[in-house]
Amino acid sequence: MTTRIFGSGIKRREDPRLITGEARYTDDIKLPGVLHMAVVRSPYAHANILSIDSSAAEAMPGVVAVYTGADIGDGLAGIPTAWLIPDSDLKQPTHNALAIDKARYVGDGVAIVLADDRYRAQDAADAVVVEYDELDAVIDPEAATKAGAPLVHDDVEGNVAFRWVMGDREASDAVFDAADVVVSERILQQRLLPTAMEPRAAMAQYNAATAELTLWCTSQNPHIHRFIISAVTGLNENKVRVIAPEVGGGFGSKIPCYPDEALVSWAAMQLGVPVKWTETRSENYLITIHGRDHVQHVEMAASNDGELLGVRATVYAGMGGYLSTAAPGIPTILHGLLYVGPYTMDSVFCESIGVMTNGTPTDAYRGAGRPEATFLLERMVDKVAGALDMDPVDLRRKNLIPRFDDGYEVATTLIYDSGDYPAAFEKALDMAGYGDFRQAQADARANGRYLGIGVTTYTEMCGLGPSQVAGAVGFQGGLWESATVRVTPTGKVQALIGASPHGQGSETTLAQIISQELGFPVDDIEVVHGDTTETPMGWGTYGSRTTPVTGAALAKASQKLKEKARVLAAHLMEANADDIEYADGSFSVKGSPDQSQSIQDVALMAHLAWNMPEGMDPGFEESQFYDPPNFVYPFGTHIAIVEVDAETGVIDLQRYIAVDDCGPQINPEIVAGQIHGGVVQGVAQALCEGALYSDDGQLLTGSMMDYCMPKADMFPNFELGETVTPSPHHPVGVKGVGETGTIASTPTVYNAVIDALAPLGIEQIDMPLTSAKVWSAIQAAGA
Amino acid sequence: MQVSITVNGVAHERDVDPRTLLVHFLREELDLTGTKIGCDTSQCGACTVHLNGKVLKSCTLLAVQADGAEVTTIEGLAENGQHHPMQTAFWENHGLQCGYCTPGMIMASAAFTRDNPGASESDIRHYLEGNICRCTGYHNIVKAVKQVADAAGA
Repeated sequence: MTTRIFGSGIKRREDPRLITGEARYTDDIKLPGVLHMAVVRSPYAHANILSIDSSAAEAMPGVVAVYTGADIGDGLAGIPTAWLIPDSDLKQPTHNALAIDKARYVGDGVAIVLADDRYRAQDAADAVVVEYDELDAVIDPEAATKAGAPLVHDDVEGNVAFRWVMGDREASDAVFDAADVVVSERILQQRLLPTAMEPRAAMAQYNAATAELTLWCTSQNPHIHRFIISAVTGLNENKVRVIAPEVGGGFGSKIPCYPDEALVSWAAMQLGVPVKWTETRSENYLITIHGRDHVQHVEMAASNDGELLGVRATVYAGMGGYLSTAAPGIPTILHGLLYVGPYTMDSVFCESIGVMTNGTPTDAYRGAGRPEATFLLERMVDKVAGALDMDPVDLRRKNLIPRFDDGYEVATTLIYDSGDYPAAFEKALDMAGYGDFRQAQADARANGRYLGIGVTTYTEMCGLGPSQVAGAVGFQGGLWESATVRVTPTGKVQALIGASPHGQGSETTLAQIISQELGFPVDDIEVVHGDTTETPMGWGTYGSRTTPVTGAALAKASQKLKEKARVLAAHLMEANADDIEYADGSFSVKGSPDQSQSIQDVALMAHLAWNMPEGMDPGFEESQFYDPPNFVYPFGTHIAIVEVDAETGVIDLQRYIAVDDCGPQINPEIVAGQIHGGVVQGVAQALCEGALYSDDGQLLTGSMMDYCMPKADMFPNFELGETVTPSPHHPVGVKGVGETGTIASTPTVYNAVIDALAPLGIEQIDMPLTSAKVWSAIQAAGA
Repeated sequence: MQVSITVNGVAHERDVDPRTLLVHFLREELDLTGTKIGCDTSQCGACTVHLNGKVLKSCTLLAVQADGAEVTTIEGLAENGQHHPMQTAFWENHGLQCGYCTPGMIMASAAFTRDNPGASESDIRHYLEGNICRCTGYHNIVKAVKQVADAAGA
């Protein structure tokens, strides 16, 4: 037997081009005669635009054109929202690519400048004179719904863009009224800046003779970008080619279709030359979507003997100045449906209110709705433990759903696919040495040191489809994927996928699936993605869906090829197909192992087609559309141990243990990398990240000087473990793992800090837990 | 203004706008796009190169200030067609994901381990404060740099 490629932590095939600087990201691509676009952006969060004078800018060297929203007119349709939640009275405010009468957040575009170099374009943008009438602004989503709050869009009454209700309010009230214990908290899920290291960029080229537009852009879903750019520009979809070249991270922020992508397209069509726009980081912080921004009022009910009975929440979710592409789905479908978590809890209720504010539009940021749900659950479980004077670990153990292998329906109507929560839980507790820790903590407290432990048990829904569900919940697209496995005459493989990985190592992982199924050496398999002309339709890379959904499509396409190969091999060896055995890329006749055909031999013969079985078509290529029958539900337990310095408020994260179950791991090194990165993003939400606005809507954390990005010296080495519970409905059993770290880690560290501070009577501090805030809380507690 | 800058061993004479940043000179004039731009404020380190052998964030210097200097970028780090040990270590240890911070990380780390053979994990984590990665959580980057530091210190 050769080494089993599925399950091997092989090196990534992406890396040679990345470690040498040879990879080409959007801004690295040069076209002759390209013009650079700079965008004149509103310096006010809310202001009427009175006049725009571009005459000085137009006279500057190198400037080719200046356009305002009025100049574009109906040349571009509004940027659409693509997730329209049913039964929520959703209002979709108009989002013009350039604001015409009114700017609604700092950074809202009001004009564009095209010039022959990026410095000159920016100089000229600075010379465009815009006269504004500044209006009162509102940033806090709860405050924005109060009477008298500034109205962001005239046609969105009370700033309420949608109101989504999950569950039966009266039934929930009955559970809470009868419960022995009810705990509550007002939780602020602060705004976060996704900060993919590559800022966004877009470059468009238009061929007037053929009416074809090519758009290179930083996209997680080039086929969705094509769909939307076609709608916005009015070009036929088959005349729009979107290319996501190398993409430097996304975390959700490169899902939406933004005004900038429409603007370069329009300008390129207008001027007949290529147009490029590249975001600066300051611009990125102002205009690329933000994440989270919830004000949550949460309660949990329990019985005196520690049975969790129900959870309910009212959520004010800040949408910012416009409804971004997927924004309405984040605090609703992707949030409320997770309210049961991994617990046997029968009552859930959520009212989620999407609120227009004068902040940057929000949308999916790693985890997207599920971190906000998991955080509130885990906070409440710890509070119930406190109220009952129970160890939070004992409380969790008592309420975990027992092992199930093929479907478990919960109160939110989801049917979890498989889970063994107790196994992951006990493994993590063992790794952490939980029992010993409690003793060490008591000893430390006796010496005036504040140690704390946080334990999170979670499950989450990912691998988005199925499409029928997508349609039922108002997603304006499908959620299947498609893939083609194409084998050349010489036995080399090109796999074409519609999804668009941007750092996840999917070229490697997916090649491992194909290699496992078909026996081609993994180095003979290339995975092609990102170009809508080269690849089949797909809905994109987000929601931890590429390995589960595209992976399934590739596995099934490979299985079809293998069956064709088996029949052809039998024919070539003049044997009965039923007598063919397959092992390691070779087909042999049962009982005569010396007679065999390699997969490469078969591929060649399929291409030559000199001697085919009757009815078999030539060629060696198969395609597969795959619509998953259900989500996948990874799960696990994370544990953090912290020490808080009571003198300074500084938090030292001493240990971080993560036990995750994503089914069989195709490449354990890549899985670990996803968890490491996710954990750091989640921990950073707990400890340091947060976008801050002034009351008049100015972003105070407008660069990396002010926004606290996590650094290497904030973290210990992570301690990872796994359990393996296959998904029953997936062809190879795998679940997604791209977001678990972010989903689990924020409450883990937060609860650890609150646990450390318990002797001081501190129960709540708004995130992020900066040393200043922690120190102030300690002072206020009189320690 | 006229500048003469040697990059990866090749001398380049160019007439540049005096305000041109070195990173833009490398990327736009010389088409050496391996050096990345990730912020405007010299925090992220994606643009890290070597200037006369020392680590430099190339967004902090004007091209005219580099007149007469020798610059090494990620494209010039390999020797005789062989990856630099730091490139190998990043590959072997899964020290990258999207790859955007990677050229800067490798340039910074290569100089660090050259100057600090045998550096500890804590030294490495502290040093890397000037380079930001959003994907890896730093775990495998630290592992990669430690591998080279250990080999250099042995």
